[in-house]
Amino acid sequence: MKNNISTDNSQHKSIPHSVLNPQWGKEEETEVFAQKVKLYRQGKISDDDFRRFRLQHGAYGSRLQMNYSMVRIKIPSGEMTPEQLEKIASLSEAFSIGSAHVSTRQNIQLHWVQLEDVSEVLRGLVEVGLTTREACGNTVRNVMCSHFAGVCSEEAFDTTPYAKAIARFFIRNPMCQNLPRKFKINFACCNKHGLARIADIGLVSAIKDDMKGFKIYLGGGLGAASFIGHSLEDFTPEDRMLSTCMATIRLFDRHGNRENMARNRMRYLVHEMGWEKFQKMVLKERSIVEMTTSYSTSKLFNVKAEEDEKRQLPKSVHLTSKLPMLNEQVTQQSPSYKRWLHTNVVPQKQEGYFTVFVTLGAGDITANQLRVLAGSIREFSAESTARNTPQQNFAIRYVKGSDLNDFYNTLASIGLANPGALTIASAVGCSGTTSCNLAITNSHRLAKEVQRKFLELGFDTDDLLRDSTIKISGCPNSCGQHEIATIGFFGGASRIGAAMAPTYTMLFGGSDGEFGELGKAVMRVPAKRVIDTIRKIIDLYKQEHDNTETLNQWINKIAAGEGKGSIKNIENIKAILLPVTQLASIEQDPESYRDYGNDVKFSAKTARGECAA
Amino acid sequence: MCCLKAPTKEQEGAFNLKKEKGSDGNDDNNNHYINFHLPIICDVHTLQTLIQKKTVRVVDVRKEEDYQQEHIPTAVSIPLAEILKKDNPQEIINILQNAGISDNMPVVIYDDTFGALAARVTWTFQYMGHTNTALLEMTFSHWKNLGLQTEKKINIFPRTEHALNVNHGIHADASYIETVKEQPNKILIDSRERLNFLTEHIPGAKNIPYTMLGSNGSIFRKAEDIKRFIENRGISADSEIITYCGSVGTLSGLAYYALKLAGVKNVKLYSQSFREWKSLGKPKEEFKDANYWDLSAE
Repeated sequence: MKNNISTDNSQHKSIPHSVLNPQWGKEEETEVFAQKVKLYRQGKISDDDFRRFRLQHGAYGSRLQMNYSMVRIKIPSGEMTPEQLEKIASLSEAFSIGSAHVSTRQNIQLHWVQLEDVSEVLRGLVEVGLTTREACGNTVRNVMCSHFAGVCSEEAFDTTPYAKAIARFFIRNPMCQNLPRKFKINFACCNKHGLARIADIGLVSAIKDDMKGFKIYLGGGLGAASFIGHSLEDFTPEDRMLSTCMATIRLFDRHGNRENMARNRMRYLVHEMGWEKFQKMVLKERSIVEMTTSYSTSKLFNVKAEEDEKRQLPKSVHLTSKLPMLNEQVTQQSPSYKRWLHTNVVPQKQEGYFTVFVTLGAGDITANQLRVLAGSIREFSAESTARNTPQQNFAIRYVKGSDLNDFYNTLASIGLANPGALTIASAVGCSGTTSCNLAITNSHRLAKEVQRKFLELGFDTDDLLRDSTIKISGCPNSCGQHEIATIGFFGGASRIGAAMAPTYTMLFGGSDGEFGELGKAVMRVPAKRVIDTIRKIIDLYKQEHDNTETLNQWINKIAAGEGKGSIKNIENIKAILLPVTQLASIEQDPESYRDYGNDVKFSAKTARGECAA
Repeated sequence: MCCLKAPTKEQEGAFNLKKEKGSDGNDDNNNHYINFHLPIICDVHTLQTLIQKKTVRVVDVRKEEDYQQEHIPTAVSIPLAEILKKDNPQEIINILQNAGISDNMPVVIYDDTFGALAARVTWTFQYMGHTNTALLEMTFSHWKNLGLQTEKKINIFPRTEHALNVNHGIHADASYIETVKEQPNKILIDSRERLNFLTEHIPGAKNIPYTMLGSNGSIFRKAEDIKRFIENRGISADSEIITYCGSVGTLSGLAYYALKLAGVKNVKLYSQSFREWKSLGKPKEEFKDANYWDLSAE
C-alpha cells in the first residue's frame, strides 16, 4: 500500500504557501497524554489527579459523559493559517463530530472526542504548530487579541506580536502552572475593539512621547459576579509590560483564594482587598520583578520573534473601480452580494484592503467549510491567515476590493456567505447543553435560532440595529459574554405554575471596548419567548426612538434610567414586556416548557464544572 | 503452488521479463498469476501489473450506470445492491461464476464511497470462501484524479465454476452478539459516526467511527496508526472483535478490514447490524442528557 499518493491540490496559484508553524505544540506531550489515559483507565491515577492533568492539556469533560472530552485548541491572538484550518477540519472529521466550534475567547473547540483519541488530536495539532496546553485548568488561558489589530485605523500600533510573545512567555512557565484559578489576558487594538476591560489583565495599545506602550486594566472579568477592570496607570511603557503582567500573576498566585472555588478569580481578590491596595501592591511587586528577573528569563519574552516576515504586507492598492455599496443602504430585497458587502465587510486603514467577516451560526463550522475557507484565504487574503473573533465568526483580512465578489462567490458555494456578521443578527451562544456540564439551557441552539429568524426578518439590513449585540449563555457563568451585550441572556430554570421551564435572565446595556460596561438585569424570559421578546423590544424602539438614535443607544439610556419617551427605565419596559413573557399552563402549551432541541420535559441537569481543576 | 506477496518494483520487473519471454497474451490460465495471493489492500501498482497480465478480476461495485460511464480496465460490474439482494450463498456464488471468477483467482474490488461498499462486497466474497479478494487502496474518483487509465468497454468473461465454502468464522448474527457481553475477550465495535453512536448503540459497544480509518485519498491510514487507535482504547490485538454499523454492514465492513490491517486476527462482521438489532427489539444504550446534535453546522 502506498501512502505517498495524495489528492491535495490545495496549493494556490499566486499566494505563496504559508510556512508559518508557530510551534505552540510539543510532540512529547501527546505521548504523555496517551500514556496517562492508559494509566487512568487501569486505575493507577486517581480521578482528581487525572482531571488536573487532563485540564492542563486542554481536554474538558463533556456533559454528563466523562468518557468524552471537549478539546480546546488555543489560538493565541486568534490568528490561524490555512494549514491549521485544514488540519482542524480533518481532526474534527476523524475524531470529533465533523464540525469545529469557535469559542468566545478565540479558541477552537472540538466536541465529543473520545478520551482515548485526545492524544491523536494533539498529535495532529502539533503537526501544524497548535496546542491545547493550558487551554483549561488554573493557568494562563488563551491570550486574546483584537481581530482588528494591525488593520484598525484607531490603533496606536499592532498588538498582535505582543499578545503572542506574552502567550509564549507564560505557556508551560512554572510560575503559572497552579494558580488559584484560571487567568485571562486580552489585548485590544484601540478603545473601541477588544475585550480589555473584562480580563484579569487587559491591554490597549497606546503611544506617549513617541514611546510604544499600553493602557493596562486589571481585575476585570465576567462570571456569576462580574467586574470591569481597573486602570493601573495612565501609561505603561512597552519595556514594563512583561514585568507588570508577571507582578500581577505573582500577586494573584500568592494572595488569591485557593479555598472557595466560587470566588477565586483575581477579580474577587481585587474587590475584597480594594483596588487602591491592590494597585499599590502591583506597582511594588513590579519593581521587585524588574530588579530580580534574570536576564535569561526576560529574554524568553521576545516580541521581535513573533513578528514574522509575513507581516511585511503589500502597501495600499488603489482601487481600479469604485467599491460597491459598503455605505449604501440595503434592504431585504437587495441582491445578496450587496447585502453581504454591507453587513460583513469593513475597510482597513490600508487603503484598498478590506476585512471580510465570515458568518457562522454560534461559531459552528463543518470540516468541508473549513477546507473551502482555507483555500479561499490562500487565494484572497494577502496575509494568508484568518482570525477567529469573540463574536464566533472568522475575520479574513487584507482582501483586495477587486476580489470581494470572487471571495463572496467562493464562500457562498459552501454556505459561508450569510450576511449579518457585523449586525444584531450575529448572536453569540456558548455551547450550553450541547456539551457543557454546567449548562442549564441550550443557549447554543437559541443563538442559532435568533440568527436564523433575524436574517429572515432582514434585521441585518437595518443600520439602526447594527451596533446592537445579542449574547447568550446557558448558565450564569458568562462564557456567552451576556453581560457585555446590548441585550444579553443567561440560562436558568424557573417554576411556572406546577412545572419547570427553561428561562433566561435578560440584561440590558452591556458593552465591550475600553469604556465597556456591564449589562443590568431586566427580567426572566422563558426560552421559547426570547425571540418574541427581542422583537417586541425592537417594535417599542421603532415607536419611541429619536431619528438617528440606534437601538443600542436607546437601550443604554433605558438601562441608565435616562429614557426620553414613555419608556424611561428598566421598570417601564419590564411592565410592557411582561405579557410577552407569560406562558399558558403546561397542559395548554407543553412546547413552551421544553427547551430548544428537546422533545421531552425540561429538567435542569448539571454536573460539576471543570473550569477550576 | 506458491503464495506470492505483493510485488515490489523489482518483482514487477520480473513480471515484465516474463512477458518479454513470450506469453501468448492470454494469461487467464497462467497458474503463476492465478495463484498470486493478494494482501488485504491492493495498491495501485500491483493492480496495474495484474491487469496488464490479465491475472486478476477487477470488480466495480458502484451503480451499474456509473460502471457504464467508465471504469478501471477489465473491471466487471457487480453493484453492492445486487449482492445485498441475494440472501442465499448459492446465488452469490452464481454471481462470482457469472463474472468468470474461479476459485483462486485474485479479485480486487473498488467503489466510490471511501471503500465502504467495496469492503462489504469483499467481505461477502471471503465469507463465501473466495479468500483471495482485496480492496483497492483508493476510490474510483481518486484513481481518475491521478490520471490512471479507465475504459468504457463492458467486460464479460466466460462463466467459471466456483466452490462454496462458507467461512462462518467471519460472520456474527444477533444471537451471537448477545453472548458477547459476558466475555471480556470479545469486543463489539460500532463504526457509525460519533453522534449516531451517542444517541443509541448496542450495550457495551465501543465506538471507532469509520471517519477515523481513511486519510488523504487512501481508504485506510497506515496500519500503525490504526493499531495505535486500538491500543489507545485498551483493546488487545488478540481479542475477538465484532464490527457493526447502522444498516447493511458497509461502514463496519470498512472497519473489519481496518482491524485486519492493524493485525487483529479474529474479526467478525455483524452484517445485519444495528438496523436488525433494533427491529428485533434488543436492548440499547442511549444518551439523552445533552443536545449534541445542535452542535452540527449542517
